[in-house]
Amino acid sequence: MSDHNNNAEKYWQANLRLILGSLVVWALASYGCAIILRPMLSGIMIGGADLGFWFAQQGSILVFIILTFFYAWRMNKLDEEFGLQE
Amino acid sequence: MDQFTINLLFVGGSFALYFGIAFWARAGSTKEFYVAGGGVHPVLNGMATAADWMSAASFISMAGLIAAGGYANSTYLMGWTGGYVLLAMLLAPYLRKFGKFTVPDFIGDRFYSQTARLVAVACLIIASVTYVIGQMTGAGVAFSRFLEVDNNTGLIIAAIVVFFYAVLGGMKGITYTQVAQYVVLIIAYTIPAVFISLQLTDTFIPAIGLFSTHAESGIPLLQKLDEVVRELGFQDYTADVDNKLNMILFTLSLMIGTAGLPHVIIRFFTVPKVADARWSAGWALIFIALLYLTAPAVASMARLNLLTTIYPDGPTEQPIEYAERPDWVQTWETTGLIKFEDKNGDGRVQYYNDVPAFQNEATARGWEGNELVVNRDILVLANPEIANLPGWVIGLIAAGGLAAALSTAAGLLLAISSAISHDLIKGSINPNISDKGELKAARISMFVAIVVATYLGMNPPGFAAQVVALAFGIAAASIFPALMMGIFSKRVNSKGAIAGMLAGLISTLVYIFLFLGWLFIPGTASFANTPDNWLFGISPLSFGAIGAVINFVVAFTVSSMTEEPPKEIQDLVESVRYPQGAGGAVDH
Repeated sequence: MSDHNNNAEKYWQANLRLILGSLVVWALASYGCAIILRPMLSGIMIGGADLGFWFAQQGSILVFIILTFFYAWRMNKLDEEFGLQE
Repeated sequence: MDQFTINLLFVGGSFALYFGIAFWARAGSTKEFYVAGGGVHPVLNGMATAADWMSAASFISMAGLIAAGGYANSTYLMGWTGGYVLLAMLLAPYLRKFGKFTVPDFIGDRFYSQTARLVAVACLIIASVTYVIGQMTGAGVAFSRFLEVDNNTGLIIAAIVVFFYAVLGGMKGITYTQVAQYVVLIIAYTIPAVFISLQLTDTFIPAIGLFSTHAESGIPLLQKLDEVVRELGFQDYTADVDNKLNMILFTLSLMIGTAGLPHVIIRFFTVPKVADARWSAGWALIFIALLYLTAPAVASMARLNLLTTIYPDGPTEQPIEYAERPDWVQTWETTGLIKFEDKNGDGRVQYYNDVPAFQNEATARGWEGNELVVNRDILVLANPEIANLPGWVIGLIAAGGLAAALSTAAGLLLAISSAISHDLIKGSINPNISDKGELKAARISMFVAIVVATYLGMNPPGFAAQVVALAFGIAAASIFPALMMGIFSKRVNSKGAIAGMLAGLISTLVYIFLFLGWLFIPGTASFANTPDNWLFGISPLSFGAIGAVINFVVAFTVSSMTEEPPKEIQDLVESVRYPQGAGGAVDH
């Protein structure tokens, strides 16, 4: 039983680390590049606008998609690694 | 064939399709009414979630707001997509593992308290009804245009259609009809955008066209747009915002609101496995992104086309004469959503930003005030007409706009009715109610909700997308924190959760009502809704994020001062964290 608990605890910690990492990227793309850091990125131009504008209107959405699929793929693998899948 | 007949054909045809599917798959047992038997494939579920999610706010209203606000309103784009990341990682898989029907089910069980459950029901109903007001606003715009009637008449017709539609099918009907609705709405949104992108930039994909060269002038589209709006006294389209705090809070509020809205969360109860719940969030986001990547292109191109229509020879030349205005202006005038007043009596349509900074230039040109008022909610629907696209494209967009409004309104009504009949009546007032009685209660609550929403939708507290944003703020401040703490903390107890939800809900509601009217009743606002009056420059639309913080802080403080949750609850929290052993969604 304690073996099982130990395993489950490790699984949960791995999940939390993964969530934390993903949320850092999530925040960097939207609150970072698209809003706070926009003035700093204004030198980089993309088709008539600056990189911050692109992140605000397109880039962040693309990052969100990648993150969601990455998380699903990684977690489903973790489920198996720890033998906790359905 | 005239435009009215074409619209009728498209709208009628698409409706026949939805009703047909709803009838074919009509709900039998109560379980099917709510969650479609728990056997929907992640891709289909993602599509249905996308249709459920992309409402009148996304389809009809959002691009119009972005067109008007430019960069500043990118908040809607990020806010309404970024929430799926939170949903996929913080809520969906665990709630699926928990395996009950509704959000109050989870909150009631996790916080082992009937009171917590009732507070959750109240939060859910308030957020959902606000949301439906926004939907009715949008649906009213769409119906008034395609039936060519006054806006309020359009709204009442929309209410009747939505009610019958939602009552006919349960979730099962709705899951498959919503797949059909998604297909209709994404085609309807994309086709006009592709045409317009080709016209303006020679680029086939609108999202790429946005960052391409404007064919006529040879400079980038966004730069061209900046130049044109500047000539008319408007702020640059791509201009940065000064109040970044408000922009951040608004985006955050929309994101966490996404993850707290019951009609979206309930979708993740309908997949077979925990792993599927994770994929479903990703698929939903892909299907949503198809529209959200096109929307900013639609926004900038529509703004440019609108200004070119009014100033055919460029913004520094004379605008068009009122007598020669295009047909679409006339049609929208009948709905009351475009208004013209010839202030300087020259018979021409002066459309510009009537602000003190532009006063001198306006006077020099003999202008005595902005003469054209265009409701922002009409821009997407009018977009194909503005660009002179063929009649069938206009009919298509009418059908798409209605699909968007209808599908979300139906999903929300379902969430409201299940909260009342399942959580409130069956869960606490009368646990012995029969299946039949429960369905009847569900239908009565749908009816009441739609009457209230229609009444408030006649004088909405904002444009459709703004009203919907308020609903997100309410959900963000009340439901999301409780769900998240319920999963990620074993220490938060019933007292903490209840105090947190109430603190978040009440602070947010009070802040919203202060500026937008008590219970949204027109004329009852305590302060004018202007940035000078806002606390620290935080708009009522953004306050949900603050409400969420209040919720978390109160919940943790109260919990730490009171007893730990009982052992079996801590075990329950433990069990939702691991996918192993999840069964199908179960009734009590």
